[in-house]
Amino acid sequence: MSLTDWFNKRKQEQKQALRENEINIDDSIGKLWSLCYNCNSQLPKKDLEHNLMVCPNCDYHFRISARERIKLVIDEGTFEEKFANIKGVDPLDFVDTKPYYKRQEEAHTKTGLDEAVIVGVGNIDGQRVAVAVMDFEYMGGSMGSVVGEKVTRIMELALQEKIPMIAFTASGGARMQESALSLMQMAKTSCAVARLNEAKILYITVLCEPTFGGVTASFGTLGDIMIAEKGARIGFAGRRVIEQTIKQKLPADFQTAEYLLKYGQIDFIVERKEMKEKLSKLISMHTKK
Amino acid sequence: MIEAENKKVQILDFEKPIYKMQEKIEELKKISMDTNMNYNSEIETLEKQTDEYKKELYENLEPYQKLQIARHPMRPNFYDYVHFMTEDFIELHGDREGTDDKAIAGGVARINGIPVMIIGTVKGKTTKENLECNFGMPQPQGYRKALRLFEHASRFNLPIITLIDTMGAYPGIKAEETGQGIAIAVNLKEMAKLDVPVISVITGEGCSGGALGLAVSDKVMILEHAYYTVISPEGCASILWRDAAMANKAANALKITGDDLLKFKIVDEVIKEPIGGAHYDPELMANNLKDSLLRALDEFKDMTPAELKNHRYNKFRELGVFAQ
Repeated sequence: MSLTDWFNKRKQEQKQALRENEINIDDSIGKLWSLCYNCNSQLPKKDLEHNLMVCPNCDYHFRISARERIKLVIDEGTFEEKFANIKGVDPLDFVDTKPYYKRQEEAHTKTGLDEAVIVGVGNIDGQRVAVAVMDFEYMGGSMGSVVGEKVTRIMELALQEKIPMIAFTASGGARMQESALSLMQMAKTSCAVARLNEAKILYITVLCEPTFGGVTASFGTLGDIMIAEKGARIGFAGRRVIEQTIKQKLPADFQTAEYLLKYGQIDFIVERKEMKEKLSKLISMHTKK
Repeated sequence: MIEAENKKVQILDFEKPIYKMQEKIEELKKISMDTNMNYNSEIETLEKQTDEYKKELYENLEPYQKLQIARHPMRPNFYDYVHFMTEDFIELHGDREGTDDKAIAGGVARINGIPVMIIGTVKGKTTKENLECNFGMPQPQGYRKALRLFEHASRFNLPIITLIDTMGAYPGIKAEETGQGIAIAVNLKEMAKLDVPVISVITGEGCSGGALGLAVSDKVMILEHAYYTVISPEGCASILWRDAAMANKAANALKITGDDLLKFKIVDEVIKEPIGGAHYDPELMANNLKDSLLRALDEFKDMTPAELKNHRYNKFRELGVFAQ
């Protein structure tokens, strides 16, 4: 047994022990403590929240909700939500193991959101911007008619007001329950980006954990500047689909932000704590003094 | 038609009754020859019944049956349509960055004398061909080749025709490393900026972003038995039902056929196929397709670049169903 083997074995044993402990943890403790998915350390919830939902031990970035993200980057009291009146319907009467409208209701109850994106305008260090912020907790952040429409409308607003546009993505892809209608949202949002390009409006995309499928293949990767949040997994096809297709195991860091940076697919990676500062600097350098 | 070609045409399960009826007719014909007895009226009735049955069957196919026709190994491919519909085709290769993806082909050609750029995904008919063109699943480099040709066409005022038949963009390691998602996204965005008419036809499978990457167009048409969807019914079934065998149900739920797509304005026209599907008469299919393409080219020929771009923007702007 080599030394690395011994370390690996020990790590496995520790993980196993942790898992066993976890079962014993009382629910009330569970509410106060969080387990880091990456390094398995128990973290007091309060500390974690104070640290912007980033593990203080290993820097693992927990997923955050759209509302939390808006709080993180937009100046306090300046955010104005737009197009909140656009709501989802069930155009295909789609039923899988559950009807689509039931899934929509459940997602609403779970998240308090009407859809997987919040759009609006606000300031970043006093600079007015339009933003679209996706929320993975609402049906895996999938893009259907509502997401497509809201993203397009906020882009049109950015165009009209001539202000920079920022999209924060977190999505499993297009929403299957709206089939080709979802697919068309990829075209619609991309056409809207074409208009931003032609008007030379700065468009920045921030790819957050996770961004896949239809969002990667449309407005998610069309930013003039493309940023990924640290540790985010970003790709077109899902890991499992690729493994099944090519019948081989993929490297552990496959499709992480760091991996994409290595292959020249994104401009840079940003840690959550410096997100606002980086965006602010970028915007100030791209708008006329 | 089936009896003449059944040696090379693979018969699908739901087509077997027709095949059996035709066997009976053949038998009867043989008996009448051998015994010198006149069964003509019986044969005629049977033939009429077979034709009626065929018509009824193919007009009322379930989505999953249509999908089998769309995937038929003998279905005409890009080069068949180019052969039957155009003259003077000159293929243009490569993405200029080291790759010529054979899953997407394109070139200049004349259709009824009109010079056009024609681009499409390519499926093979033999295993060898399919290995070469990766079963019609493009890599990012294929989409970049297509984009190069789109921009060329836009510069030289050549209307663009795209023919789409793909299971989707290829999910692989190199595809991810070289930006499959980005390549498709860029095509969607850049197609919106083209100065020339763009007409797209889903000729077989229109799966997901891999199909859409060639279909941000002024007019989108689909062949009668082709399908267009956000995810293959198998993929959808394995995610939502956790069982790929539920593909039949998923195909119904996803509303993938021409008539449903027309309702949601996702396609503008459904083009009739020969009875039994395009593979029973590729030339007739190509003629039907050519007629529709010429009509579409005529429809947009007097539009200015600005008008075309507006038209394209508004066409996709309208798609989607929501409440407000």
